[in-house]
Amino acid sequence: MDFGLMARIFPFFLEAALVTIELSLLSLALGLTVAAVITMFRLSRLRTLRAIGTLYVSLMRGTPCLIQLFILYFGGPQIGINLSPFAAGAIGLGMNIGAYMAEAMRGAILAVDRGQTEAARVLGFSRFETMRIVVLPQAAKLMIRPLGVNAVALVKGTALVSTISVVDLTYTAQRFIGSTYKPFEIFAVAAILYMAMIYALSKVVDFLDRRYAAA
Amino acid sequence: MNAASKFAGANDRPMVQVIDAHKSFGAFEILKGINLSVNKGQIVAIIGPSGSGKSTLLRSINHLEALNKGEVWVDGIQVNRPLTGHAFEQHINSVRQRMGMVFQHFNLFPHMTVGENVTVGPIKLRKMPAARARDLAMELLGKVGLQDKYDAYPSRLSGGQKQRVAIARALAMEPSVMLFDEATSALDPELVDEVNLVMKQLASEHMTMIIVTHEMRFASEVADRVLFMDGGIVVEEGPPSEIFSNPRMDRTRTFLKKHLAG
Repeated sequence: MDFGLMARIFPFFLEAALVTIELSLLSLALGLTVAAVITMFRLSRLRTLRAIGTLYVSLMRGTPCLIQLFILYFGGPQIGINLSPFAAGAIGLGMNIGAYMAEAMRGAILAVDRGQTEAARVLGFSRFETMRIVVLPQAAKLMIRPLGVNAVALVKGTALVSTISVVDLTYTAQRFIGSTYKPFEIFAVAAILYMAMIYALSKVVDFLDRRYAAA
Repeated sequence: MNAASKFAGANDRPMVQVIDAHKSFGAFEILKGINLSVNKGQIVAIIGPSGSGKSTLLRSINHLEALNKGEVWVDGIQVNRPLTGHAFEQHINSVRQRMGMVFQHFNLFPHMTVGENVTVGPIKLRKMPAARARDLAMELLGKVGLQDKYDAYPSRLSGGQKQRVAIARALAMEPSVMLFDEATSALDPELVDEVNLVMKQLASEHMTMIIVTHEMRFASEVADRVLFMDGGIVVEEGPPSEIFSNPRMDRTRTFLKKHLAG
């Protein structure tokens, strides 16, 4: 084990980890937005919207994320979509995780007792008001954990963007192998940094859960 | 009673009227042509075995269940008007404000305090200023004996207290009629009386009430009229003295034998 090498490459890897973090935050924001829209579609009274929502979720969850990134980045230019590797990565990952997060949101909303909706509706609240005033505040608490699990999966999933030449942590690690021939040490450093990110993220989720979901 | 006498004057017009109500869940017909008429200030108890359709009938009055056929009128307005989409939404939201409903499982909003549970309707729907809504809530919580719980969350309350808050929440909309769907069925026996007491007090104030209940004694004490339902029809109806002491129908007798013995 070459600890000297690990110490020497560490600063370079920190910088690459920053790219991974940026990419994670951007695709998380996009994913949550996509998920909110898809959830509205899936719970809509309009059959067309429900069908679009269901189709989106099954497409995104039914195909490998790697293929989705390839279609967007390599296939995009063919239909006039020219994205930088980073942009393609952020959009691809966000759209993918959005489908999973939509399922988490829908599950949480459906888990709120039906009696809550009935109680609000008999007072005279509209469907929308019932959702906003009564259901969502309760569902939000139930969403924190499952969305946290999705966010962790997203951070780990960012490693895929190394295949479309985004200079993230995984890509950087691969580049260093050529000059050092010590893949064990190099990937170990990358793994440690991923673990640190996941640990920090899970602490944030724990905090949010304790702060908001405590009954 | 014929149609002419029914509509003889505004005061004689029933507060709640259900005409030939039919409702099916899939192939199962739960309501097979029910008629019900409740005058202002009257208290009607609906009794019957589970699956008899009594809860479905009650829930059809404020359109929690949509009838397949028949009409529901409350306070001179048809509840199940043949409107669609947004127009029906608006109609039903406004007509529901005239009815209060109390559920078996209370259904208090757990993320709101007791005070917020009671004031949310008046503030958001009746556009009442917060201070006035607070006064109203205090008055109503006083009435159900829970003024000191204004800032408590529902999770801190006993079942009986929760149900009394739920009654206050419904009353805060100043409804013309109150619907009780087995309001004491989920309560521990020792907590039933405190809720019954509140309902009796409402009765003494001439609130129009329709009560679906399993408690025969309570029904006989407060109701002006009792409906016995079985198999989706009204088998027998009349004043409690008749229904409980001198039922005409065999089905009523069998049911009461089982329930009065226990």
